[in-house]
Amino acid sequence: MTSSGGSRIKELALEKDDLVDLYRQMILIREFEEHAAEQYARGRIAGFLHLYIGEEATGVGAVSAMEDRDHLITHYRDHGYALARGVAPDAAMAELFGKETGIVHGRGGSMHFSDVSKNFWGGYAIVAGHIPLASGLGLASQYQDLGSVVVCIFGDGATNAGAFHEAANLASVWKLPIVFLVENNLYGMGTAVEYVSAVNDMSRKAMAYDMASARVDGQDVLAVREAMQVALEHCRSGNGPYLLESLTYRFRGHSMADPESYRSKEEVERFRKDDPIVLFRNKLIEDGVATQEEFDQIDADALKEIEQAVQFAEDSPVPDPSTLDEFIYADSGDVR
Amino acid sequence: MARELSYRDALREALHEEMDRDERVFLMGEDIGAYGGSYVVTNGFLEEYGRKRVRDTPISELGIVGAAVGAAMGGLRPIIELMTINFSLLAIDQIVNHAAKLHYMFAGTITAPVVIRTASGWGQLGPTHSQTFEGWYAHVPGLRVVMPATPRDAKGFLKTAARGNDPVVFIEHSLLYRNRGEVEEPDAGDLLLPLEGAEVRREGTDVTLVSWSRGYYLALGAAEELAKEGISAEVIDMRVLRPLDIDTVVESVKKTNHLVTVEESWRTLGVGSEIAAAVQELAFDYLDAPIARVGSRETPVPYAKNLERLIFPDRDKVVEAVKGVLARNLVSVS
Repeated sequence: MTSSGGSRIKELALEKDDLVDLYRQMILIREFEEHAAEQYARGRIAGFLHLYIGEEATGVGAVSAMEDRDHLITHYRDHGYALARGVAPDAAMAELFGKETGIVHGRGGSMHFSDVSKNFWGGYAIVAGHIPLASGLGLASQYQDLGSVVVCIFGDGATNAGAFHEAANLASVWKLPIVFLVENNLYGMGTAVEYVSAVNDMSRKAMAYDMASARVDGQDVLAVREAMQVALEHCRSGNGPYLLESLTYRFRGHSMADPESYRSKEEVERFRKDDPIVLFRNKLIEDGVATQEEFDQIDADALKEIEQAVQFAEDSPVPDPSTLDEFIYADSGDVR
Repeated sequence: MARELSYRDALREALHEEMDRDERVFLMGEDIGAYGGSYVVTNGFLEEYGRKRVRDTPISELGIVGAAVGAAMGGLRPIIELMTINFSLLAIDQIVNHAAKLHYMFAGTITAPVVIRTASGWGQLGPTHSQTFEGWYAHVPGLRVVMPATPRDAKGFLKTAARGNDPVVFIEHSLLYRNRGEVEEPDAGDLLLPLEGAEVRREGTDVTLVSWSRGYYLALGAAEELAKEGISAEVIDMRVLRPLDIDTVVESVKKTNHLVTVEESWRTLGVGSEIAAAVQELAFDYLDAPIARVGSRETPVPYAKNLERLIFPDRDKVVEAVKGVLARNLVSVS
């Protein structure tokens, strides 16, 4: 596992602005998710809502290592990745509200954020179903000699599905440029990893496909960023796919409907004590990168941005019923 | 100018033309390269186009379809082969939950222009290799489902599918590959047939027979048989099952007042059922008798030849159904 001490910040040669921006992104995601939960409780958001709270360091660290030309495709717990890739909180929140101004015009909802202009190919909600799509995106990059790498995110639970194994094998056979980023948050919905996976160390699952792999502390944003840089470089250099396991933890239930009967309050509290956002903030203060006051200002700005997003979502119109038959087919013609 | 071409060669010609035209078009599937394709459609393509564009895959139907959809998202034009439609069930999540949904759930920003070639068919292949699942795919908004009966349609549909922007489930038939029919010469210009529209292939006045793929030939054979007895049957080849061209069927029924559907799949919840339901909604007053559906027996398909022959519809069963419908002519009752 990669570890990071305070002195490593200097070694990473990151400017103050970059470091503070990583923090800003994490707190923005945290505020977004807290407000989404609140709006769900108020009945403004319905359906499934899978919060990224507790896992922010993985998403922000991973995306920060990517180039613009790289491709991002992820699972249904996608809010954090969307925001990290630059989707505006307004459009994201409006999607949760089922509004026309939503990022996919109210068609997809929480689990299907996407923004092709940012090479963010979306969140997918059939566990492991998007992993084969990633191999296709990787093939398109290789076929057209684009030099771009695909980053495909999924959870520990998805590694038990056939789709993962078929895609991993194909990616390795064809040496496709894909980073498979496994968020191991210890539970596939409400079932602990050790009950359902023959191998608890997800990175070992790469061995069957002769694929390079590593594990990283997913609660340490700089460690994730560094590990992703290694993984991306490996793929970009034509060495084939790479599996990176990020050890993380979600502070909230699987979705809003989760009674959390499968884990103890003590366990959750233990992980919450090491909140990745608080840890990173303290480290940056300790290292003299930024002051308490500066962080307070960033927090206040994030809160304001998300409150404005909620207001935007509330004020936005619902989709026009006359558009009900749109987007079914790309080509015209009778689409009954 | 037209010449005779086999269904297989029509497909090969379409693939050649589209691959020669567009570098983004590539083939992917099990045993399509070195082996030449299990129905020999892609034989020789590996030698001609190389491994980059003719990709032998692992036995991973789910992985193949998913990779094709992803490659299509990334700007390529994959034409993939699933050895038979029975194996497509392993990939149904990719077809239904992914290929058919992308354009919609991302509000038109993502397209999945993938052509999924696969084959129905039977011939003492046993319970898991003799099935006909076009109804499963035709059920799903977002997919285009074509099932060509003729070499000309096979070529024209495949070329159009390769250039379109929607996912197309392209269902061939293992018992049709050697069928021959007229197809325009390549120098007559690109044969691009729209992926919609049924065709009246034989005109008649007493009864309408509706079918597609191999079933069309059963209907045609029955019509010729019935003609000997003075019964005039109109035969419609549906050609495309989504979008389903009901209007052509309705127009015909308004003339003949009788309808028999013919398919090789099970009747229950099948395409024939959908056509029958739509016709009674749109042309109830024109029907002089209940609509009959000819399909396969509601059992798995056995291996033994004598048993298998009892399962699938044939010309005689269609003739019998037509006579049954005409015998129940409601006009004579009123």
